[in-house]
Amino acid sequence: MANLKTTFAGIKSPNPFWLASAPPTDKAYNVERAFEAGWGGVVWKTLGEDPAAVNVSSRYSATYDANGQVVGFNNIELITDRSLEINLREIEAVKKHWPEQALIVSLMVPCVEDSWKRIVKLVEETGADGLELNFGCPHGMPERGMGAAVGQVPDIVEQVTRWCKLHSRLPVIVKLTPNITDIRFSARAAKAGGADAVSLINTINSITGIDLDQMVARPIVDGKSTHGGYCGPAVKPIALNMVSEIARDPATLGLPISGIGGISNWRDAAEFIALGAGSVQVCTAAMIHGFRIVTEMKDGLSRWMDSKGYESLEDFRGLAVANTTDWKYLNMNYKVVANINDDTCIGCGRCYISCEDTSHQAIAKLPQPDGSNRYQVIEDECVGCNLCEITCPVSACITLEQREAEKPYLSWIHDERNPHREIGH
Amino acid sequence: MSLQPPLIKISPTRELNELFSDIHPPLTPRQAELESARCLYCYDAPCVKACPSEIDIPSFINAIHHENIEGAAQTIYSSNILGGTCARVCPTEILCEQSCVRNKEAECAPVLIGLLQRYATDHAQFEGHPFSREPETGKRIAIVGGGPAGLSCAHRLSMKGHQVEIFEAHEKAGGLNEYGIARYKMTEDFAAKEVDFILSLGGITLHTEKVLGRDLSLAELQAEFDAVFLAIGLQGTRQLMLAHEALETVQNAVDYIRQLRQASDLSELDVPRRAVVIGAGNTAIDIACQLKRLGSEEVTLVYRRGAESMSATAHEQAIAKAHEVQIKTWSKPEHLLVDDAGALVGVEFRSTAMDQGQLIDLDTTYEIGCDAVFKAVGQTLVLPENEGGLSSLVKSGKLAVNSEFQTAIPKVYAGGDCTSVGQDLTVEAVQQGKRAAEAIHSFLILADKA
Ligand SMILES: Cc1cc2nc3c(=O)[nH]c(=O)nc-3n(C[C@H](O)[C@H](O)[C@H](O)COP(=O)(O)OP(=O)(O)OC[C@H]3O[C@@H](n4cnc5c(N)ncnc54)[C@H](O)[C@@H]3O)c2cc1C
Ligand SMILES: Cc1cc2nc3c(=O)[nH]c(=O)nc-3n(C[C@H](O)[C@H](O)[C@H](O)COP(=O)(O)O)c2cc1C
Ligand code: SF4
Ligand code: SF4
Ligand code: SF4
Repeated sequence: MANLKTTFAGIKSPNPFWLASAPPTDKAYNVERAFEAGWGGVVWKTLGEDPAAVNVSSRYSATYDANGQVVGFNNIELITDRSLEINLREIEAVKKHWPEQALIVSLMVPCVEDSWKRIVKLVEETGADGLELNFGCPHGMPERGMGAAVGQVPDIVEQVTRWCKLHSRLPVIVKLTPNITDIRFSARAAKAGGADAVSLINTINSITGIDLDQMVARPIVDGKSTHGGYCGPAVKPIALNMVSEIARDPATLGLPISGIGGISNWRDAAEFIALGAGSVQVCTAAMIHGFRIVTEMKDGLSRWMDSKGYESLEDFRGLAVANTTDWKYLNMNYKVVANINDDTCIGCGRCYISCEDTSHQAIAKLPQPDGSNRYQVIEDECVGCNLCEITCPVSACITLEQREAEKPYLSWIHDERNPHREIGH
Repeated sequence: MSLQPPLIKISPTRELNELFSDIHPPLTPRQAELESARCLYCYDAPCVKACPSEIDIPSFINAIHHENIEGAAQTIYSSNILGGTCARVCPTEILCEQSCVRNKEAECAPVLIGLLQRYATDHAQFEGHPFSREPETGKRIAIVGGGPAGLSCAHRLSMKGHQVEIFEAHEKAGGLNEYGIARYKMTEDFAAKEVDFILSLGGITLHTEKVLGRDLSLAELQAEFDAVFLAIGLQGTRQLMLAHEALETVQNAVDYIRQLRQASDLSELDVPRRAVVIGAGNTAIDIACQLKRLGSEEVTLVYRRGAESMSATAHEQAIAKAHEVQIKTWSKPEHLLVDDAGALVGVEFRSTAMDQGQLIDLDTTYEIGCDAVFKAVGQTLVLPENEGGLSSLVKSGKLAVNSEFQTAIPKVYAGGDCTSVGQDLTVEAVQQGKRAAEAIHSFLILADKA
């Protein structure tokens, strides 16, 4: 079986699956159970200065798919609601008990050098493997000038990172908030401040839905609500894009990335790693299914690696980065057209109506003598948009096949249809 | 009618409604949520084409999924005002569900359209009737027969603003919904509730115990009304043409089912210990299974051809097997056997076979002992007494109509089982009643313009 051992920003762990800083890593009891279940590491629930935060009652809400499975998860919790001292003693004990597993401690204190200096020293004494700076919490904490309020200002990100690097010998991971326009600015700031790595994404500002009887968003706290932070499978595409932006950015080239956001199975993890992540963090999947979910994640990942001949994570890490490029470099001469496999088509008509109403009228409905319909792609009209393939409920029934393969690569930069094209080359 | 001993009496402590609980239990809200999610919301959906009443199935299932139960029910009722009955009695395995595209997928299982239809119609809560009537047209239409065809026609005509009068021979409307459908398909008093629901639209007057040919004549109706719709169903039962057929213990299945459906107490029913059912359609299956539920120890269903030729669907045959009904094929009844006192003791059957496309008798015979015989060899059209004029309409045993459900008699339309259109199914009767109403409406509007 493939080797899942991971070294991330100098921190070793038996596998790349870490629990993200959140309720699953809130206290020794949970973390002990997580390590027993096989997690490679944990990022301890964010610590702050005493007095500890106090949470409201009714804290989570969710969005669901048609079968009632959670697709998105929203919370309005704050950082740890237990005292710093208790947390530190537990961290120390757990680390002693589990020396092989990665134990990173997440931190959030006011933007004052002394505050950071004091807390990083205390954490160092526990024997923890690293620090994660929580610049991402989008709810509650920003109102107090912490969390996302810090992460949204690159200069402050850089400043706080620098303080931590100055006062601690531990690796520093800066956790980025996605609630900004261009993630690269905060990543660059973290690097400039001396960060050993970045982790992303934290949760996205969200309202999951409105209770239409009470006319209030969820979760409802005595008739009122507030925006929360969104995570779970629904945020994965946003997280992947942000990871790829940083991985591709020449200014942050080589900066280790811990991928977070909607990771629910081995495939999600492999995708983050393919985009350059050196470890992955999971919160929602564990909260929904319990710690045992890591069993299938590890097994699936190593079997897939075996099937591809990858012996270690480094063998495929970042392989998708170079293939993620700017629109202007895409080949204008590449052409695919949809093809429907009559043998597997079940005749639901979804491809037809979606193309007919909203795309290019490129699918013909051919009534058959028995009253059913056959559906056929009109190749000359098909632009190869993939819509029919996406709406088709039968997997691999519609495939996109390449046409005009003989034409050479042509980017928009040199395309005749581009009024601003570059002449030459 | 009472059967002779030896009969078994069932323990009166067992309630009839308990014995005849739903054969397909209704979906729970969670089941409906999950099942509705399975529908692919097909375009030009094959299931809709396979529903004789053309219900917009993807639309109502989508509405269920998004908790718009009244919207779902309204969609169903707008095509089929007896959607509640059809959800219970339709042989969906040969109609909508047979055509569901999800049969063709790897999972090979259709969306449970019938049960979802039932979910919507059971749970919808309307304030008043979901449809309104158009302004009064001043036209009056007489409907003979208050079964599914008659009720469906009446509802649609009233919606169009016409005044409708239904003349029904029995003391209750509903037709075979009330008197014929297996008790485990239509439980409790659903049929009567549905009639009330349909009539609550207004504009429909129901006259019960009014028999065409006895209490009123077609000529009177033609004179008094702007149009007449005949929906008299099939009131006759095919006979075996054997000696001793007049015995009380040799019954028409439909008569016994009627008694069973109307019984409120088990003590009103005589249940044979051993019964033989002759026939191979759904009526045969229905009587056999109902006898088993009542406590008959041995029920043998006998058919003269092979199982593949039975008109009962494979699904119905499986239900019979689940009820431990014995099915004997390739046998035809030759003698009803009686003892010295003249009481029925069994039936002698002759084995049959196919020979070059012909059903032939073989030399072998055998006997099955029984206390009662139930005949389920088909229903036939019986013309109302004193209405000789109608005989001119009969073609191959049923009333002939054109594509607009018009008979050859002016202003007289017909639909449902009594015509030769479509299969003899509730949903067909509903559709024909509805389409006949549209045709009558167009005819009356055209007549006004002329
Ligand atoms: C035992 C049995 C079980 C069945 N099970 C199913 C099933 O599970 N699923 C299914 O889809 N179909 C089933 N059917 C068929 C279904 O019941 C019929 O297709 C449907 O009821 C036909 O409707 P209709 O309105 O044409 O006739 P009917 O339901 O027969 O109604 C005719 C009405 O006309 C009245 N009438 C007759 N003559 C006169 C007169 N002279 N004057 C006044 N009124 C008159 C009758 O009293 C009756 O109320 C079954 C039929 C039988 C016999
Ligand atoms: C209830 C809850 C509490 C969280 N608390 C913290 C926190 O204290 N510190 C932090 O850095 N991230 C916190 N997060 C964010 C997660 O660590 C993680 O970044 C996010 O949930 C995305 O990962 P996922 O899609 O696997 O859940 C919290 C998330 C949840 C659901
Ligand atoms: S969407 Fe797929 S299954 Fe449905 S008609 Fe089109 S090709 Fe066939
Ligand atoms: S009426 Fe009958 S055939 Fe039509 S959709 Fe409903 S259950 Fe299916
Ligand atoms: S065929 Fe099946 S999946 Fe398609 S609309 Fe009808 S019920 Fe839904």
